[in-house]
Amino acid sequence: MKPEQSLIFELSRPGRSAYSLPACDVPQEEAIESLIPAGLLRSEPAVLPEVSEVDVIRHYTALSRRNFGVDNGFYPLGSCTMKYNPKINEDVARFPGLAKIHPYQPEESLQGALELMYTLQKDIAALTGMDAVSLQPAAGAHGEWTGLMMIRAYHESRGEARTKVIVPDSSHGTNPASAAAAGLDTITIPSNDKGMVDLEALKAAVGSDTAALMLTNPSTLGLFETQIVEIASIVHEAGGLLYYDGANSNAIMGITRPGDMGFDVVHLNLHKTMSTPHGGGGPGAGPVGVKAKLIPFLPQPTVARNEDGSFSLHTGGPESIGRVKAYYGNFGILVRAYAYIRTYGPEGLREVSENAVLNANYMMHRLAPYFEIPYPGVCKHEFVMSGRNLKQYGVRTLDVAKRLLDFGYHPPTVYFPLTVEECMMIEPTETESKETLDGFIDTMIQIVKEAQETPEIVINAPHTTEISRLDETQAARKPVLNCACG
Amino acid sequence: MKHRYLPMTEQDRQEMMETVGIRSIEELFADIPQSVRYQGTLPMSEALDEYALLRHMKELADKNANFDTHASFLGAGLYDHHIPVVINHVISRSEFYTAYTPYQPEISQGELQAIFEFQSYICELTGMKVANASMYDGATAFAEAAVLAAGATKRKKLVVSRTVHPEARQVLATSARALGLSIVEVGYRNGVTDQAELAAAIDGETAAVLLQSPNFFGAIEDLAAIEPLIHAAKGLLVVSANPLALGVLEAPGRLGADIVVGDAQPLGIPASLGGPTCGFFAVAEHLMRRMPGRIVGQTVDRNGKRGFVLTLQAREQHIRREKATSNICSNQALLALCASVYLSVMGKEGMREVGGLNIRKSRYAADKLAGISGAEAAFTAPYFNEFVLKLPEGTNIADINARLLKAGILGGYDLGRDYPELAGHMLIAVTEKRSKAEIDQFVSVLEGCL
Repeated sequence: MKPEQSLIFELSRPGRSAYSLPACDVPQEEAIESLIPAGLLRSEPAVLPEVSEVDVIRHYTALSRRNFGVDNGFYPLGSCTMKYNPKINEDVARFPGLAKIHPYQPEESLQGALELMYTLQKDIAALTGMDAVSLQPAAGAHGEWTGLMMIRAYHESRGEARTKVIVPDSSHGTNPASAAAAGLDTITIPSNDKGMVDLEALKAAVGSDTAALMLTNPSTLGLFETQIVEIASIVHEAGGLLYYDGANSNAIMGITRPGDMGFDVVHLNLHKTMSTPHGGGGPGAGPVGVKAKLIPFLPQPTVARNEDGSFSLHTGGPESIGRVKAYYGNFGILVRAYAYIRTYGPEGLREVSENAVLNANYMMHRLAPYFEIPYPGVCKHEFVMSGRNLKQYGVRTLDVAKRLLDFGYHPPTVYFPLTVEECMMIEPTETESKETLDGFIDTMIQIVKEAQETPEIVINAPHTTEISRLDETQAARKPVLNCACG
Repeated sequence: MKHRYLPMTEQDRQEMMETVGIRSIEELFADIPQSVRYQGTLPMSEALDEYALLRHMKELADKNANFDTHASFLGAGLYDHHIPVVINHVISRSEFYTAYTPYQPEISQGELQAIFEFQSYICELTGMKVANASMYDGATAFAEAAVLAAGATKRKKLVVSRTVHPEARQVLATSARALGLSIVEVGYRNGVTDQAELAAAIDGETAAVLLQSPNFFGAIEDLAAIEPLIHAAKGLLVVSANPLALGVLEAPGRLGADIVVGDAQPLGIPASLGGPTCGFFAVAEHLMRRMPGRIVGQTVDRNGKRGFVLTLQAREQHIRREKATSNICSNQALLALCASVYLSVMGKEGMREVGGLNIRKSRYAADKLAGISGAEAAFTAPYFNEFVLKLPEGTNIADINARLLKAGILGGYDLGRDYPELAGHMLIAVTEKRSKAEIDQFVSVLEGCL
């Protein structure tokens, strides 16, 4: 067993350092204490580690080796679209002309950046079938909130007090949470036995107070909502708007567009569909597209092209919901997404979706004999299956997930959506080869066999990782949230 | 030609379709109603080969002035600090950047420990007990702090100083409108919050006083004097701070702040047109379970070995849905890693030294600039690395910045954009990167413009 990895603070030795700063070439006779009143200065220095540059590199290299990313292996985490993160995107985002720029520089000195944003706005509008796009939101949930704020402002501009947001029971947790942050109430409606929206429940839920229906399509079950046209008309006839949660857009690029399905507002997760890296939890980007009637409500600023071909920032009119983030969005992520779109072009993006969907269907068919597939038929970019057939051996889905770690795989999303018992949600993405999928499938089959014959191997997994299962109850009951080294 | 990111060969495709039991890919999409199928090719930008894409991106990049081509005196919330070389090497390790949120702790101890160390760093700098794993940026962290304060006090009035970053106040205004919170803005005197006006604005309905220090003008607020005003009314004190300045300035937590937020951009994060940066969020212990976002905690595994997990998740959207403390899911983890590596590199001495350099170089620049005929320091309040220069009546800052740009200089921020009464005032930031020669040149070119 490997020893515990020291905290950086524990490596500290007085007198070591890893920094090199520019020289002080201005007068320094006066003490800092005479330049700033003592009461405003730190009474005690911050307790920060004293380490050498080698210590820093070894420490973080050691941490990186205790972490698993897409570059380490298969990462079929459903609804997260853990596709390959192209390396050219990382390189171009680091060009000084794209990384070392300030949002308040004169516009004439930012024309390349603004051109990139303008083109990306247009490309995302084309891809989603929307009329205008804001690149401001920093993540998917931030995009949802921005979209709901616009929907709210739209209704208010028409003198209507619509406060209810309808979501299916299979929706992402961010949907109701974003509604709450936008000052709106959530109504959750059940799915029918096919995993689709229950139309009768929807009809019963809509009314004069309906602000919007939020829908992920394909849903978190990996199913395309075939009743979408009827759903759109039910919501629109009630005076509500349709919000598209774009988390699952990897299934439909070039095949169908939210705008054509009847959606009024859409966000895309660039860190999913557009391959920008997930960064260990972020940063992402969640641009929002809208139909023409919502353009006045877009957050500020957006990028426009002037008659002379130059680009400038527009702050928007009095109906804009205002600002949702400082500056102009997560620009560095926008750069990567733009490079991704330019790598594929429209035909390539369609091929991406086709391959993602075929990969998912292939896995579902091969795994069907070993697990319960609650919604058989055709799936989109992901599918769900239930591990409840293993409960008879005392093995739960969590155990299967942990056993996968021993074979070098990141497990699927587990226990989501909440509507499927012992759920596993598998999203292979298009960048995985058939051999990779087969390897994972064969491993899953082996784990089922283990569950039947030697369940303790599965129940006690993982066996090969740095650490074994952690005591999460203790972590929450007696929180230790920092090293208290100071 | 096969696309380089798509491994599926024609033979694979045939075999997989056979397994699925279909004859064409089209059958996989047969459930999508024909009426909503997209026909034809999307009108999007064309594909480029790798070399053409590199050239295209270089062309776009070269149209932008940047910190390598120009000496920057722009701050206003984003600063041109030296970024230690090792940071890019660490965040380029793909075990970090190609991973997602550490849902599986057994294979995510690296990220979890990195976040735990980030939380520890933020607590140490801010003087607070608890910090989270990051927010989108300083402005959204500021707005979330206001929402937390309103929830914790069950009050709806927020008293905000006009010395807070205008964009942070705008983001707050957007959130506040949604939640029915009211905002009272308080003016400034000599570059810092007007304490008399502030005292008059606070009442029994006030959820929080929200300040920034160093504030948007670069001036350091007197938190020790303000803290009793809001606490006497049983409201909370929210402070947005520059974490780099906290290497030398007193920790807001030691001055009575209940919530400390800010943007970690000064800690080794490229300006990147303003994003992605990294918001941080720290609170006093009694507010811990109301925090937004991910939190990492220490625990033990089955063998008693120290390990780290995502914890206190009962606050979060994936568990609580509409009752969550925030809707945030993805955060800015990779930038939090930048900040951690920065603080590891700088350490105890480096943070003091870089703070000192910022103070001295900005003093030198301020003195020189105030010597220009017709120009003067707008305020005399103590400042960190940024200050306001009043230029002669009728000076157009945008014109001056256009001329500075031609001379290889990114001039300061035009305060007239947000403060009509400060037309003709330039907000100037001077970091440790600016040499005496660059400062002298800036002074000389600016003088020539007037």
